[in-house]
Amino acid sequence: MTRRPSMLPLVLEGVGFDAGGRTIVDRIDLVLDAGPRTVVLGPNGAGKSVLLRLCHGLLAPSRGRVHWAQVERAGEARRQAMVFQRPVLLRRSVLGNLLFALAVAHVPRASREARARDALARVGLAGLGDRPARVLSGGEQQRLALARAWMLQPEVLFLDEPTANLDPGATREIEAIVQSIHASGTKIVMVTHNLGQAQRVADEIVFIDRGRIVERSAVDRFFARPATPEADAFLKGELPWH
Amino acid sequence: MALTRRGLCALVLAATAALPALAQDRSITVASTTSTEQSGLFGHLLPAFTRKTGIHVRVVALGTGQALDVGRRGDADVVFVHDRVAEDRFVAEGSGVDRRDVMYNDFVLVGPKSDPARVAGGKDIAAALKAIAQAKAPFVSRGDKSGTHAAELRYFKLAGVDPAQGKGSWYRETGSGMGPALNTAASMNAYLLADRATWLAFRNRGELGIVVEGDRRLFNPYGVILVNPAKHPHVRQAEARAFIDWLVSDEGQATIAGYRIAGEQLFFPDASK
Amino acid sequence: MNTVALAFDQAFALVAGGDAQLVRIVLLSLGVSTAAVALAAVLAFPLGAAVGVARFPGRAAVVIVLNALLGLPAVVVGLAIYLLLSRAGPLGSLGILFTPSAMVVAQAVLVFPLIAALARQAVADAWRDYREQLLSLGASRWRSAFALLHDLRLSLVTIVLAAFGRAIAEVGAVMIVGGNIDGVTRVMTTAIALETSKGDLPLALGLGIVLLAIVLALNLLAHVLRERTQERA
Repeated sequence: MTRRPSMLPLVLEGVGFDAGGRTIVDRIDLVLDAGPRTVVLGPNGAGKSVLLRLCHGLLAPSRGRVHWAQVERAGEARRQAMVFQRPVLLRRSVLGNLLFALAVAHVPRASREARARDALARVGLAGLGDRPARVLSGGEQQRLALARAWMLQPEVLFLDEPTANLDPGATREIEAIVQSIHASGTKIVMVTHNLGQAQRVADEIVFIDRGRIVERSAVDRFFARPATPEADAFLKGELPWH
Repeated sequence: MALTRRGLCALVLAATAALPALAQDRSITVASTTSTEQSGLFGHLLPAFTRKTGIHVRVVALGTGQALDVGRRGDADVVFVHDRVAEDRFVAEGSGVDRRDVMYNDFVLVGPKSDPARVAGGKDIAAALKAIAQAKAPFVSRGDKSGTHAAELRYFKLAGVDPAQGKGSWYRETGSGMGPALNTAASMNAYLLADRATWLAFRNRGELGIVVEGDRRLFNPYGVILVNPAKHPHVRQAEARAFIDWLVSDEGQATIAGYRIAGEQLFFPDASK
Repeated sequence: MNTVALAFDQAFALVAGGDAQLVRIVLLSLGVSTAAVALAAVLAFPLGAAVGVARFPGRAAVVIVLNALLGLPAVVVGLAIYLLLSRAGPLGSLGILFTPSAMVVAQAVLVFPLIAALARQAVADAWRDYREQLLSLGASRWRSAFALLHDLRLSLVTIVLAAFGRAIAEVGAVMIVGGNIDGVTRVMTTAIALETSKGDLPLALGLGIVLLAIVLALNLLAHVLRERTQERA
């Protein structure tokens, strides 16, 4: 795995984010440690995606600090990765997309192809290397995005509703790959609105409502005995038999 | 993708290679006038010179004012124009040396069949212009500092007329070469002073025809001048002098006289010195 | 009407006769414009892409100026290049005035803003979709710009064609810097201008028809190429 000192824990202190005159998230205090798979849940518009992007550095907080134990230096390969709801692939071959990511990470040219093919094999896309990435099915494209993220052995993998656009079969495939990535030592932080998925994938739930973290607990406890009225209402709204 | 990129490179290389070799071994640049080029004289004259000497002549055809300006800047080796006053000034200011007479052609006054100023058949250019001004008949001028334009202004002066008075009504300045001005006159049915050579080669006459010709004052002499090598050291002196010498030689003069359109001689050799 | 009919006759006669002078003029036109577009594209694509992805103070001003340059009159460009390349000017010692090289330079300057502005627009639009993923991967702005240019390559073909069309159709700049020298710097447009001023309108129009046919053929070729690459997506 990584011989470098870990980037975790990730600490958010008093983080807030405003956009378009509105406050999207506010007074976020959060510590993410290595280990448990963290799933972020919440109703629509709660600020889940914004929170994820603040963690990953795609957005800068309007207030407060986001800080890692180890700072990533410019020019070095990234040690965290993110997979989006809609996979963004370049208009080139499947293998080409992976080679691009390896080039960005300054991986020596000689070892690129082998690593790329290995990554494809791990997600079950071996043999599709020369296919144009754009002609793959939605599920295959998302698997490719995961392969691209996993290939560089990130310490943290953020996922923003990765299966929202996929059918149940493809969804299971994605979840299996996420599980493998977790098993290889990467910290998983995932946003989903699929409660069944949350129960399958998570070790702990971070529940966010109207821009504030309202509850955080182990997955079984969250679903069985939500501690806050907001979480309770949320689960009732989604699961009629609760 | 690599294939398309390589293909594109090949295309660009081929395209650039297709560009004719510049600055061939022996060539000179001659700044002359559009009227001379449009008369077709160069097509007849230059191949004879190149055959004899192996020197290629590249003619840049502009208005007289512009041609002399090109010479002044050193962008040509020789200037070959027809405006004695401007030529003398060119030499006096040190931009050119060794001016030689070469030939002359003549101007003609062309006008519409309807002839509103009643000048057709006349032999006096000054009288004709006076009549046109009085009748306020439409008159097209090149207005472009060319040799033709300079001549036209001289004739108006002889007639005691100030054409500027007519600007905006009967006197129309196009600021263009001989051909475009002829096009304009043809479509406006206006009078126009043209050099005979361009007129004979001009195809789009409409209702225009020659109304006045033969006045001695209508003769239009051409001079050739070497751009001053002292001022512009890069001037190809040897080849340029070869061209000038050939133009005034018996052979060159005979070639000039031999150029005809529809059996008519256009240019009359005039090299005296 | 008669002139137009004569013009078509002339056009066919010229092409069928394989007139050597016509062939030379056509090849020169194609060569000059191709070289000009290639030269401009090599510089303008990266510049346009860079402005498309970058954020820097004054970027809006750069974009406004770039778009404004689209309206640059060809004859003004020609005059400026002439003054630069004249012996009396700063670059006179290059000695390329009144040669095809000067024409390539003038046309390149003319189409540079077109290519840069269109590339910038295409890249900026795509950047909206790609930005988060490329930043997440850790790609630098430059690498992102080039990756987008590669992804947009089909659109770039259209841009190149637009630039080529502008270059091969213009007459003001190449007339001034080339001098319309017979056999050396005479291209289709300057030849048409010359024949028009000589009053030989059918011939001028005939040449115009030949020019249009060439541009049409090139666009057709590009369309076929685009369709083929689309299939292989």
